[in-house]
Amino acid sequence: MKKTISVIAAICMTVSTFAQTKLTIKGSDTVLPLSQKEAEKYMKANKSASLTIIGGGSGVGIAALMDGTTDIAMASRKLKMDEKLKLNNAGKAYKEVIIAYDALAVIVNPANKVSKLTKEQIEGIYTGKIKNWKEVGGDDMQIIAYSRESSSGTYDFVKEYLLNNKNYSPGCLMMPATGAIIESVTQTKGAIGYVGLAYMEKTVKDVGISYDKGKTYINATYENAKNKTYPVVRPLMYYFEKKNEAKVKPFVDYILSPTGQATVKEVGYVDLGK
Amino acid sequence: MRNFFKDFKERLIEGTLLLSSTVTTITVLLIIFYLFKEGSGIFSRSSIESGNQLLLNPENPVNNLTDKEIKYIYDGDISNWKQVGGKDEDIMIFRLDDIGNFYTDEQLGENFENMPMYVDTLVMQNKNIIAFISDKYVLSKTKAKRLEVNKITLSEVLKGKEWIPTAHPSAQLGVLPLIMGTIWVSFGAILLALPFGLAAAIYMAEIADYRVRNILKPLIELLAGIPSVVYGFFGLVVMVPAIQKLFNLAVGQSALAGSIILGIMALPTIITISEDAIRNTPRAMREASLALGANKWQTIVRVIIPFSISGITAAVILGIGRAIGETMAVLMVTGNSAVMPTSLLQPVRTIPATIAAELGEAPFGGLHFQALFFLGCILFLMTLVINFTVELVAPRRLKR
Repeated sequence: MKKTISVIAAICMTVSTFAQTKLTIKGSDTVLPLSQKEAEKYMKANKSASLTIIGGGSGVGIAALMDGTTDIAMASRKLKMDEKLKLNNAGKAYKEVIIAYDALAVIVNPANKVSKLTKEQIEGIYTGKIKNWKEVGGDDMQIIAYSRESSSGTYDFVKEYLLNNKNYSPGCLMMPATGAIIESVTQTKGAIGYVGLAYMEKTVKDVGISYDKGKTYINATYENAKNKTYPVVRPLMYYFEKKNEAKVKPFVDYILSPTGQATVKEVGYVDLGK
Repeated sequence: MRNFFKDFKERLIEGTLLLSSTVTTITVLLIIFYLFKEGSGIFSRSSIESGNQLLLNPENPVNNLTDKEIKYIYDGDISNWKQVGGKDEDIMIFRLDDIGNFYTDEQLGENFENMPMYVDTLVMQNKNIIAFISDKYVLSKTKAKRLEVNKITLSEVLKGKEWIPTAHPSAQLGVLPLIMGTIWVSFGAILLALPFGLAAAIYMAEIADYRVRNILKPLIELLAGIPSVVYGFFGLVVMVPAIQKLFNLAVGQSALAGSIILGIMALPTIITISEDAIRNTPRAMREASLALGANKWQTIVRVIIPFSISGITAAVILGIGRAIGETMAVLMVTGNSAVMPTSLLQPVRTIPATIAAELGEAPFGGLHFQALFFLGCILFLMTLVINFTVELVAPRRLKR
């Protein structure tokens, strides 16, 4: 479904074909809405530019960069070691630019008493060691852990940042999209899930997370992510080949400019400025 | 001359028809060939991602580990070498990304040229280490012990109960929960769709007058025209909460929700085909039964249904065929957790949903990619068996 939307978006974007600068940007579905908004505004200001934005996932974008079918790869995670190796072997020198940050919120049903969890408790829940809310100070209620599908960059991000690289328990319910996670957590009392800060809704409650074994709990808010007190924050990145730098620079510079960064905040991500 | 052209025209048409049917057949065969070629690829690999290996300290007595043991070690469920036949020592887990905890980027060099050396030092210094390293960073003259990992076997995959294809370093490819999930959901669907479908077919063929039938039939056929993602969305927003409340469950996403949605989706197939079968009952049979004094109900139960039973069976089997392969609707309502199903009220993961959800990010040609093709092979064989059953059942009608 995500792909259909991005394909439609791509078609809309390519309508003005006879422009001078043509850029293809492909990759992470997390970065997709941001890139679209930025491209829309950029093209309004520069009538000669034509940008095509395609989603599909961070891995898809990086693979496209390797075989040269995209100018910029969007990624919601750092390159994996074997991707670096492959790019290296293909003789492609690349450059990485952080364009924004995304904070990840752990959410529960508003009726749930629990409003804070330590990193260790979250790890226990998602690896299947903790099965009942009473083990973490809540009611006697089964925990239903919702996760994104393994094709999602967010899935890897949570595994790395919150699960200490351990595997998800097979008992986790896998949802194909962020919207489905919010819908499920809204409906299910014992549910726990994770979503990007930009997708937070009032129908779910975010929990404070402690990285220091329960001394301080910090909630996922824009302010906390901005001043770096909230730990579960990931950079959103553009990767491009060094030899293409001149071609992509105007657009990348636009995103990094104050106008571009204002759009970042508008879309719901955390801007770079201090 | 005119005759020649007439012949030529006929021959041209014949040729075109022959060509198109040949092309279709070849395409189908090629697709199947590709499916099985990719799918069988997993049996020439080990569960460790190619281009990587596991290193141990040479003093460690352990020589080989199963996929499961590797996964348990990296998940921290096995934390002592004693549990896998080694010395009584805590296991030290090492991944390439952990290298930053031991050495700085400057030490490693700009292009990681010092990496192999430092990795080797680490492995040699720590007797209790297990290191997951890409081939490139293993010193060629290393004295570290390479762990033997067996190739994936068919029985291991078919009997395995854990499906975690993204597990690092050792992917878990047990397909049993997925096969069972698919069967449970499809079976539940047919259990729900059969009584309703049959009743509707009998009503439309035998009882309803033509005006009612003219309204009902297009409506039922409209059901087949609704996109499956719409069914899925309806299921997620309406059916799932309803099931959760009705059975007082912790979670509404379940095999039952999938079964209901698939049942609805299989209904048009079942109704249309079994209605045709019922209508094919010769008028003579029906009239003979009525002439003998049987009432309408007796005629339907004793004469018409037995006569058209093979057509009805074919309808049911085709309905199952539709249900087994359905992806999008199921993906949204069954919860997709890969556990062995024990009741219809539990979340399950089906094969089509797995393929649809995971193929997008599986690296092309990798183990995960091939494992998904293998799932495709299993699904193909399942529907093939079903289609053969139809072939066996359907001709009986002609013989009678």
